[in-house]
Amino acid sequence: MNNYETVFILNPVLSDVQIEETVKKFEDFLIKNDAKMVSKENWGLKKLAYPIQKKKSGFYHLFEFTAPGEVVNPYEQEFRRDERIMRFLTVKLDKHAILWAEKRRTRLKTKA
Amino acid sequence: MASIEQQAKGKKDGEIRYLTPLNIETNNKKKYCRFKKSGIKYIDYKDADFLMKLVNEQGKLLPRRLTGTSLKYQRKVAQAVKRARHLALMPYVGDLLK
Repeated sequence: MNNYETVFILNPVLSDVQIEETVKKFEDFLIKNDAKMVSKENWGLKKLAYPIQKKKSGFYHLFEFTAPGEVVNPYEQEFRRDERIMRFLTVKLDKHAILWAEKRRTRLKTKA
Repeated sequence: MASIEQQAKGKKDGEIRYLTPLNIETNNKKKYCRFKKSGIKYIDYKDADFLMKLVNEQGKLLPRRLTGTSLKYQRKVAQAVKRARHLALMPYVGDLLK
């Protein structure tokens, strides 16, 4: 089991229901493949630094999860197939990154 | 024994020779690696505001020569900036970012 983190950008033309559905779909996919969600974050609608698919903004979401390595490939495949996803990035977290992610979460919690 | 004037004449015109080294003010402040100094082990690509400090106005990475970052962390900075660019958190090309 490794720790991973995914940031993905959803198309800004989607409705709230569609967004929820999409996020749920990927979460379910992970859980079905023996992954454990560590945290979920919704950054909301953010302005993009440069246009992607002629859109100037997008809904950012962040997943942190632990999963066996074989899951990642089909998981990313799923992202590529979904046209609601404009961009995604999955990175493996090393030990420093895990510590940092924990610190970041507690900081966000105290802020909220 | 030739005097200094004679020596100077032997040389071609326009060459200036100093008997004592000139006292030119240079910046003696030693550069340091900010990541080593403050014990940062992981550079987060999600923190675009911080990464903005490590690029120039056009969004290009600043060299180690200017920031003083150690090689180990410069590699991580580069990785983080590239990830941030991919996610449109930072621009690939920019103009007057600062």
